[in-house]
Amino acid sequence: MTQHPSPGTGDLHNDAPPRAVVLSADRLVKRFGSLRALDTVSFHVRDGEAVGVVGPNGAGKTTLFAALAGTFPVNEGRISFGGQAITHASAETRNALGLARTYQVPRPFLGMTVFENVLVAAQAGGGAGQAEARDLAADVLARTGLMPLANVPAAATGLLDRKRLEVARAIATRPRVILLDEIGGGLTEAELVKLIALIDSLKAAGLTIVWIEHILHALLKVVTRLVCMAEGRVLAEGDPQEVMKDPSVRRAYLGSDPE
Amino acid sequence: MLDTFFQALVQGTLLGGYYAIIAVGLSLMVGVVRFINLAHGDLAVLGALLTLALIQGAGLPVLAAIMVMLPLMAALGWFMHQTLFERAMRGGFLLPILVTIGLGAALQNGMFGIWGSNTRSLGADIGTLSWAGWSLPGGIIVGQLPVIIFVTAVLVIGALHLVLKKTRLGRAIRATAADPEAAEMCGVDARRAHRAAAAIAVALAALAGVFLAMRGQVTPYSGPAQLIFAFEAVVIGGIGSIWGTLIGGIILGVSQALGGLISNQASLLTGHLVFVAALIWRLGRSWAADHGGWRASVRAALAARGLRRNARRTGDLP
Repeated sequence: MTQHPSPGTGDLHNDAPPRAVVLSADRLVKRFGSLRALDTVSFHVRDGEAVGVVGPNGAGKTTLFAALAGTFPVNEGRISFGGQAITHASAETRNALGLARTYQVPRPFLGMTVFENVLVAAQAGGGAGQAEARDLAADVLARTGLMPLANVPAAATGLLDRKRLEVARAIATRPRVILLDEIGGGLTEAELVKLIALIDSLKAAGLTIVWIEHILHALLKVVTRLVCMAEGRVLAEGDPQEVMKDPSVRRAYLGSDPE
Repeated sequence: MLDTFFQALVQGTLLGGYYAIIAVGLSLMVGVVRFINLAHGDLAVLGALLTLALIQGAGLPVLAAIMVMLPLMAALGWFMHQTLFERAMRGGFLLPILVTIGLGAALQNGMFGIWGSNTRSLGADIGTLSWAGWSLPGGIIVGQLPVIIFVTAVLVIGALHLVLKKTRLGRAIRATAADPEAAEMCGVDARRAHRAAAAIAVALAALAGVFLAMRGQVTPYSGPAQLIFAFEAVVIGGIGSIWGTLIGGIILGVSQALGGLISNQASLLTGHLVFVAALIWRLGRSWAADHGGWRASVRAALAARGLRRNARRTGDLP
């Protein structure tokens, strides 16, 4: 089931003017040998949206993020950000334009403190001067609840704090769009509640969010639109509840035929 | 007897300063860029011969010649990384080794072509500094030049430590060392950080080369031996540790000086033996850490041997 709302009326709030598309991927193909990890995937995100991405393992979700973020080049297709073509731009250029990404398995800079981790991002990606970057980093630590750990080595932090640090480092680069890759995975229920609150606060602050997640109830609390992928293709997209009811999604994602 | 021992201890420590300067650039490249530059020693010699050319050819004072040479060599390091090393790194683990061996050979023969094979020294250009010394209580005499080299080593390593810890570039270099991909995702230009590290490494190698030529002589083919000393200091001190190279350099220098008390030939051999011992200790320690500590891993290894022997005796498999 793919909903194609007519132009201008697709927004949840019909009275508001439609927001501009900020991140757009057009017919992306990424091959690893003979495997088509992305098989002509088109994907658009509007400013201020919170989009969830679901799908079974191997559906190409993380590959899509890596392609969008510039971790590796795509074989075919075009990517644009804020109306600018970024298909061939490096990861740091895309970050400078306002695209940030977190990793499924947190990748903190070991050997640096939590504060230094965020400071690197604030200086390099946030484009801030020396004193400004410190303020920015401190502000981000406060927002993500990491302030008490500021001077702790990143190597000594637990999983929830590492996930928070992923988010902190990403938002310290002052992005317009943040790609969250299974940020909820491996957390306890109580930790998950805290993380959802954090992501909700980012959404409230106007950040555009694209979120891959297997934990559906967490995802559905935040997102306003859902994209389901399987075998490198977009299976369905639209209203989250509608997408989850779609027979093809249930077959691919839940592995069971609907009654 | 005791005062010759102390004399050797002091001389060896001061010699360690030189080893630290040549090792710290190598350590930076290995630790940050994950790149082993086998032309490091040849770049040191190039720095020395370039300085000599600036003094004897262009008539510059020694200090001015060094100040001109260092940025030139740093620029060469940046350029080489951009044009050679980056490409080599993309080609797998073998290519960097082949490329830098080739670079070393090209440098040696290039320098031979330009300056000939004569031994050359900066000793004549630094006046009394090459032989003057200070007398310490207890009859120990320390050369002024070795002291200057040692102090320079401490200053250089301290400055590098501060750059890595406190500056924007330093943090970018450390983040890139930890995880290049995640660093780029945070907006860090990883290639620029690597080039900057290469520039620093080559400039420091060249500085070491100048000191080598002040202490004694260099030829276009002096580089490989210095590379070996640099590697030994890096391994003894711990790969990627900046202050560790100073410790490693001192241990290597003291080992050589104490070996020199036995005989001239024993000097280098003692240094190599200490290096091998340090290598075995480091490998053993990481092996033991993987098996639950020294005691547990030794006990497990012995138990496994005993089991095998028993099994063989009783005819069980294997």
